[in-house]
Amino acid sequence: MSQNDIVLRVDNVEAGYTPGVPILRGANIEVRSGEIVTVLGPNGAGKSTLIKAIAGLVPIFGGKVSLLDKDITGRPPHTLVREGLAYVPQVNNVFHRLTVEENLEMGAFTRKSGIARRLEETYALFPDLARLRKHPAGKLSGGQRQMVAFGRALMVEPRLLMLDEPSAGLSPKLVGMVFDNVKQVRDTGVTILMVEQNAKAGLLISDRGYVLAEGKEQLEDRADALLKNPEVGELYLGSKGGLL
Amino acid sequence: MTGIVSYLVFFSILASIYSLMSLGLNLQWGYTGLFNIGVVGFFAVGAYTFAILASPPAAGHIGGFNWPFLAALIAAMIATGIVALIVGIPTLRLREDYLAIATIGIGATIQLIANNMNWLTGGPNGIYNIPQPLSAYFSSNLGYNVFFLVMIVVILLLAYWSLERIVHSPWGRVLMAIREDETAASSVGKSGFSYRLQSFVIGSILMGLAGALYASFIKYISPTLFMPVLTFQVWAMLIVGGSGNNRGAILGSVLVWALWTMSGSVVQAILPSTLQVKGGAFQIILIGLVLMLVLLFRPRGIMGSRKAVVFAGESKTVSGE
Amino acid sequence: MIAQYLANGIVLGSSIALGAVGLTLTYNILNFANFAHGSLLSWGAYFAWLVVLVFGGVQSTIGPLSFGWPFILAIVAAALMASVLALVLDWLVFRVLRKSNIQVTLVIASFGASLLLRNLIVVVFGPEPQYYSDNIQIAQPILPGVRTTPDELFVVGLAVVLVIGLHLFLTRTRLGKAMRAVSDNASLAQVSGINVHNVVRWTWVVGGSLAAVAGVMFGLTVQILPDMGFNLLLFLFSAAILGGIGSIYGAILGGLVIGIAADLSVLFISPAYKPAVAFILMIVVLLIKPSGILGEKVQ
Repeated sequence: MSQNDIVLRVDNVEAGYTPGVPILRGANIEVRSGEIVTVLGPNGAGKSTLIKAIAGLVPIFGGKVSLLDKDITGRPPHTLVREGLAYVPQVNNVFHRLTVEENLEMGAFTRKSGIARRLEETYALFPDLARLRKHPAGKLSGGQRQMVAFGRALMVEPRLLMLDEPSAGLSPKLVGMVFDNVKQVRDTGVTILMVEQNAKAGLLISDRGYVLAEGKEQLEDRADALLKNPEVGELYLGSKGGLL
Repeated sequence: MTGIVSYLVFFSILASIYSLMSLGLNLQWGYTGLFNIGVVGFFAVGAYTFAILASPPAAGHIGGFNWPFLAALIAAMIATGIVALIVGIPTLRLREDYLAIATIGIGATIQLIANNMNWLTGGPNGIYNIPQPLSAYFSSNLGYNVFFLVMIVVILLLAYWSLERIVHSPWGRVLMAIREDETAASSVGKSGFSYRLQSFVIGSILMGLAGALYASFIKYISPTLFMPVLTFQVWAMLIVGGSGNNRGAILGSVLVWALWTMSGSVVQAILPSTLQVKGGAFQIILIGLVLMLVLLFRPRGIMGSRKAVVFAGESKTVSGE
Repeated sequence: MIAQYLANGIVLGSSIALGAVGLTLTYNILNFANFAHGSLLSWGAYFAWLVVLVFGGVQSTIGPLSFGWPFILAIVAAALMASVLALVLDWLVFRVLRKSNIQVTLVIASFGASLLLRNLIVVVFGPEPQYYSDNIQIAQPILPGVRTTPDELFVVGLAVVLVIGLHLFLTRTRLGKAMRAVSDNASLAQVSGINVHNVVRWTWVVGGSLAAVAGVMFGLTVQILPDMGFNLLLFLFSAAILGGIGSIYGAILGGLVIGIAADLSVLFISPAYKPAVAFILMIVVLLIKPSGILGEKVQ
């Protein structure tokens, strides 16, 4: 499979919570195999709505979403896992009352086999979790919880992992750790689409990025170019110097 | 002819009593989104307080205070208000359905007290000889009932007029803002809890007032008059009439009360005597079906102003399928 | 004396605990207080009574118990029938209201359904109390100062077995874990690939079955009455709130605490006030710790 295979294509999608009140107004996104793609944008731009619409959690009124060339527009969320899509919500992304191991098992709910092997691989990726496997996830620290959330999503060996603001609410030190984890996950062959408030930290590990505003993508470019782009700098820092 | 007239008068008096209750429930549910599933409890507190304070001495239970009608009426309203505070304070800060659970509990508890606290309530025998205001001035029963009807309609109109005033006042607008969106309302500095408590207490006081008038009208009360089905009837009245609309609440009361009494006569006429004991059950099933059908197909009722409230601050929903 | 009331409380608590588990599960997953849950207890008790009747009474008894094998079969059949009733109720009423996104009316609808179901019992089975068996049981001393009937011991034993079974189901099976996951966070369960609607159906089956067994246990140790479920409803809600809504183990613990408290209260006040004791405990919990003993969060 070549580097340029398209994993996800969002084609002119309109979506929102109330019919007739679209939050996304014709958004177009493409994610290729092996990429980390970050979607940036001001509050209310529709970033979270975009990711939730792809995951089947927000009704889509128009347009098309395809995953690995298969039309998944409007499919119920639980059926998308089998198609290779995994999603980590921004908040409440672990089962609080379930142990770490049970959280991971729930991630593998659709798997028929290889669960034990995958558990070991996940523990190898996040050694902290192996130690905490019998602990209820609700009792863990913010950083550990984020690991459980990633681990849960990775249990199905997804083709595409979607992250909704993985750094939200974490201390700067933890933000660094979380993005290291994201890179590590990508290096195991998983394609990643994330939405991020922390534009700089997000773009630094990304290959490409989109800037979303008013429910539509306004800008698409390589991550390093976006980092230097004065428009992006203005949007996030109020200065024309770019993010670097 | 007098038979029909006297029946209509009787029907209208009870319809007015139900209307007072559904107006109270409308303030709580229709305007504030509060679930009160213990309507009968507040109704009973009003009835018993009035009966105990207004009645002449009787053997077997406390009494003989002989309070004048108006004083006993006001005391009944105050007592109901206090019970509403006791239920409201612990629950109105929490998720909305906790109030429902607590009110069903107060309804059951008051039923228990009515049945078992003999020294206070007369137990299963109830309280007799509850006085009717000014009854000495009337020679015929029908004449007195017409007077009672006029009095209760005046009280009902007064309640309607006051409720219309308060729900259209700034206070009422805050209530509706809370009903629609708790966070938006609290962001303008209005404490949702305090407003909900006020609405809950005022609504309950109306139910207590209805109870006091009921006790006075029928002159004799006992625990069997305060069964949970009464709560259900009042809810059916409000939902059928249309919650969030005071005229709807009154219209619903008249309609559902008519349906109830008519179905009662039909059940009596068609059921063999061996099945008569089950007649009440048939009536409840009928009203239950009417309520379910209205909820499913016309959730706004006949005159309702809104679809329904969705839990404020509640985000956990199951989507898909 | 106290030991005897404690023992009585454990018997009552066994019924409450099983009933409260189903209530807390559906409360948490479907997000509404199901006032019709009590009716599932009553219907379960009557279903079992019907099956016993079909077998021509309890016939020969097992050891010192007041019933024979047909009764055991009746418990299983009642659980199945109550599950079907719960599913039908969900499909006919709650599903439609859930879809139209008017969650609040679910509570009213469930209240209406509870009255409807209760009165259907009166119509179908009549208002007078029923018993599974005419055999009279004599309480035997089992501990110094504690006398129980063999049936009461059976009830407690059955409750223990079911709680252990439930625990194993919830912690060892894929479906059981999924049920806990959905109860914990339905939307996360969905994106993990769990078919939430399917799990909801199984939740009704588990909740309905446990409610039926609770009803049968109450019917066996007290009596079968059309009002029994409604009268127990307050105990069930108190137990679920005391334990923390959504917490299965909390509901079991809450059931025992409420049952014991209600029976110990007999030392001070008339037994008629047992439901009021449950209610007062509930109000105290809501005032002091609204999230309950084992609960997590309450908005």
